[in-house]
Amino acid sequence: MANGSSMDKPLTGDLRSDGAVLDLAAYEKVGGYEALRRVLKEMTPADVLKEITDSRLRGRGGAGFPTGQKWSFVPMGENAPTPKYLVANADEMEPGTFKDRMLLEGNPHLLIEGMILAAYTIQATDGYIFLRWAYKLAAERIVRALAEARDKGYLGKNILGSDYSFELDLHTSAGRYMCGEETGLLNALEGKRANPRAKPPFPQVSGLWGKPTIVQNVETLCNIAPILRNGAQWYLGLSRSEDGGTKLYGVSGKVKRPGAWELPLGTTIREILERRARGMRDGHRFRGVLPGGASTDFLVEEHLDTKMDYGSVQAAGSRLGTGLMVVLDDKTSVVGMVLNLERFFAQESCGWCTPCRDGLPWTARILQGLLEGRGRPGDLERLEMQTRMMGPGNTFCALAPGAMEPLQSALKYFREDFEKLIPKNDAA
Amino acid sequence: MLTEQERERIRAEAAHYDYPQAACVEALKIVQEGHRWVSDEHLKEVAGLLDMSPAALDSVATFYNLIFRKPVGENVILLCDSVSCWILGYEDICAHLKTRLGVELGETTADGKFTLLPMACLGTCDRGPAMMVGSDLHRNLDNEKVDEILGRYRQTPEA
Repeated sequence: MANGSSMDKPLTGDLRSDGAVLDLAAYEKVGGYEALRRVLKEMTPADVLKEITDSRLRGRGGAGFPTGQKWSFVPMGENAPTPKYLVANADEMEPGTFKDRMLLEGNPHLLIEGMILAAYTIQATDGYIFLRWAYKLAAERIVRALAEARDKGYLGKNILGSDYSFELDLHTSAGRYMCGEETGLLNALEGKRANPRAKPPFPQVSGLWGKPTIVQNVETLCNIAPILRNGAQWYLGLSRSEDGGTKLYGVSGKVKRPGAWELPLGTTIREILERRARGMRDGHRFRGVLPGGASTDFLVEEHLDTKMDYGSVQAAGSRLGTGLMVVLDDKTSVVGMVLNLERFFAQESCGWCTPCRDGLPWTARILQGLLEGRGRPGDLERLEMQTRMMGPGNTFCALAPGAMEPLQSALKYFREDFEKLIPKNDAA
Repeated sequence: MLTEQERERIRAEAAHYDYPQAACVEALKIVQEGHRWVSDEHLKEVAGLLDMSPAALDSVATFYNLIFRKPVGENVILLCDSVSCWILGYEDICAHLKTRLGVELGETTADGKFTLLPMACLGTCDRGPAMMVGSDLHRNLDNEKVDEILGRYRQTPEA
């Protein structure tokens, strides 16, 4: 039986406070692999798909696509192409985001069970955990957990005596933000540069080596086993929003107690900042927040009562993104912070399409000029032009449009910080 | 030349996949384990083992932040320069490291002990500023802590 804390907090309720990992025995003790046993005996892939769809689980990696719907695009039946693949995106590299690390280090079996269940639903035969290089401890623990799962018959041929077989391996990357983009990740797994691919065809139909593939964020996959153990209705009940479940939220920046917490989806920004992160450090005033990582629009004081769910954050003019916030305080330079963000995106751009390859360094140069006293009249208009040129629809993937989100919102909410860096052109 | 053991490990990685190319990042990391960086000669050897052209393999090698195509020191310091660490004092830590090591970002100390590189978000933003030295993560850095950490790696004899 799952214990009390994991009924409220299916992702983190079982994590050990000393940071030690839940090994297979500890995971089984809190109900681990019960869902897998039951599903393989009692449920068809279509039954599982319906339960996941009913749970209103949406992707936790940033884009927020409904998980059940995504899986429904995979060709099924005897004539479906084989093999099919399932990939966990564990390349967590969105600046300000440190949630998947917690799950990977603390409870790798939760991910593995979720992956087996997801793979069964789409009838995938092979899977990969695509892990970023920097997560050394997670890699060690995943390797051990995979071996434990194989020994116990949860992975491999004829899982638990059923006619379903699934192989799962770890792939560790070598550090590049683009690998987190779904189609870039597929190219990286194939041993190519992680440039994005044209869509359509979508990976669900033609992904890894041209075969049907689902790529799903770690946190999303960690929800699967709890949903199937306790049911879609229970999952919906955890949430304070129209979508199901809890969410890992976190705060970094100059707050009193930075960290990450699992809370009902739809918890307000204020509650997370004030109750969990305990507010700003003494002597610092709140000015704004990137609600869901580096590629989300700033929100400000007037938005503090916004619920951190997909629809509410969007209505406020930003995105839930990864759900991990970066706080801007009054002692930190807004323009400096935006320059830091744009430099990151410029460096991590794969260079495949021109607006991103040329536009991002140009943007960073203008911002650097402002900070170094070389601001010129028209700079803000040039920055605004960049936000349009690199907006949605003008680039191959979402990297550059994401990069423009903090810039466009900073120009809107903190315009005076930019303006005072431009000399008054009295002579003209 | 790669050692026979390295060649064997690379072949074993390639055997995991229907397409040997899929093992190329793993193969380059195997080279770095033994040689710290990937020379042109090693690159050509690996390309041959994986049925790739050297140019195709180099296009992948140069794509990644952590595949080194130039020599690096005994310990590579990866200092997080992303937004949360920047807010929490990256610039001071970076200046301190440069002074202590006598190098700029991208350079290796004269004794070959350390290479100092900036690195994108290390995913530990609640405990910044952060850096990795080799495979070890160090967080909540201040100047004193940096000195203590450098001291520890200076003392470690080369493996």
